[in-house]
Amino acid sequence: MASAIHTEFQSGDLVRHMLATLGRVVAAFIVAMAVGSAVGIALGRSRKFNALFDPWVILFLNIPALVIIVLSYIWFGLNEAAAIGAVALNKIPNVIVTVREGAKSLEPQFSEMARVFQFSRWQTLRHVVLPQLQPYFAAATRSGVSLIWKIVLVVELLGRSNGVGFQIHLHFQLFDVATILAYTLVFVAVMLLVEYLLLQPLEKHARRWRANHA
Amino acid sequence: MLDVRIASKQFSSSEGAELSVLKDLGFGCADRSFTCIVGPSGCGKTTTLRCILGLDTDYNGNITVGNESAESKIAAVFQEPRLLPWRTVEQNVRLALKQTDEVMLDSLFAELGLSEHRDFYPAELSLGLARRVSLARAFAVDPTVLILDEPFVSLDDDTAARLRKLLIKVWAGRACTALMVTHNLTEAIELADRILFFSVSPSQVQHEYDIPVPREERSDAVINSIRADIQADIQDFVAGTP
Repeated sequence: MASAIHTEFQSGDLVRHMLATLGRVVAAFIVAMAVGSAVGIALGRSRKFNALFDPWVILFLNIPALVIIVLSYIWFGLNEAAAIGAVALNKIPNVIVTVREGAKSLEPQFSEMARVFQFSRWQTLRHVVLPQLQPYFAAATRSGVSLIWKIVLVVELLGRSNGVGFQIHLHFQLFDVATILAYTLVFVAVMLLVEYLLLQPLEKHARRWRANHA
Repeated sequence: MLDVRIASKQFSSSEGAELSVLKDLGFGCADRSFTCIVGPSGCGKTTTLRCILGLDTDYNGNITVGNESAESKIAAVFQEPRLLPWRTVEQNVRLALKQTDEVMLDSLFAELGLSEHRDFYPAELSLGLARRVSLARAFAVDPTVLILDEPFVSLDDDTAARLRKLLIKVWAGRACTALMVTHNLTEAIELADRILFFSVSPSQVQHEYDIPVPREERSDAVINSIRADIQADIQDFVAGTP
């Protein structure tokens, strides 16, 4: 397997496909978090919206990833936007449900304080609402990155001509288990790096205000 | 000045029952005066403050804050400090400000003994310090009307006494009308120009008492005699208050 990693790395395939996949993971993650958070906050704050959209959230939460991917490719063509859109769409209901929970439990005491001291809408969002949602964003991020990278591989397998998913599919046809494992292993390593070098330091920064003194 | 006329205020329970909290409540506070509201618990004191602050608009009546000519600002010190835990002391105060007068801010922090705590997070402060920050935030906006809802509750006696002195010192240096709810009659006598006694709900002002002695002459002995005076006046009413 080490030699498989070495061969793939030497040819430049490993880096190229890895970057293609990582790019899709990042794009789908950003779209899913942005859309999911906005909708989640709206649903958590408004009972009317929630009653209206809740069935849709449940629907999308339960549609198999594969169905969304296939339909997305059929309707929007075998292109990058369809691929990333399909992955994001699989993740969005998850983000909505998590962030909605957070938005429901916002502390009214702080909202009242913000009203009395005439915070602007932006100030209220940035300094009062978003910090309260931080643990929910963290939870959505955690489950999000792992879910997204799994789905990205399926999307690549079905309709892309590069990326780790495509390579695994290729080597599956050759029954080349060593190379399949090589890609898996390297990708897991990359995800671990993302976790320890990016997500955890970010979370530590976001939690700095929690008293850790004696 | 502050003028409160609430004809009626009701709460409806989820079962549809109506509970009348305030009825024909009316009082005014002169410019730069300090008024305390004392009354039995559950009598609608906090509700009255919430109406004045605009946090509850579901009442019949009229509340006027400040004079029509000048722009009026209202600030509040809540029962809990209500500081944003993810912002430092200084950020909490600055967030309430539209534009910041650095000199004013420095001297306010110094006056309240907070100069060394500006970069602390609220979780790192004692309750007494957090209450001071809450006072700093309220005074920093230079309010025309300052609303205080039991700001010294659940502090030990020494800390509460020190904070009362601080409050009066800072308040006296500013042109601001203060209205404070308290359970503690002694505290009201120490701070106020005038005490309003609320009745049981549906509340109205049952009794008004103007404190005849200037604030700086109110020693413990004076306060005790005023207290005895008030209690003789409205014996049955104050019976329940400490």
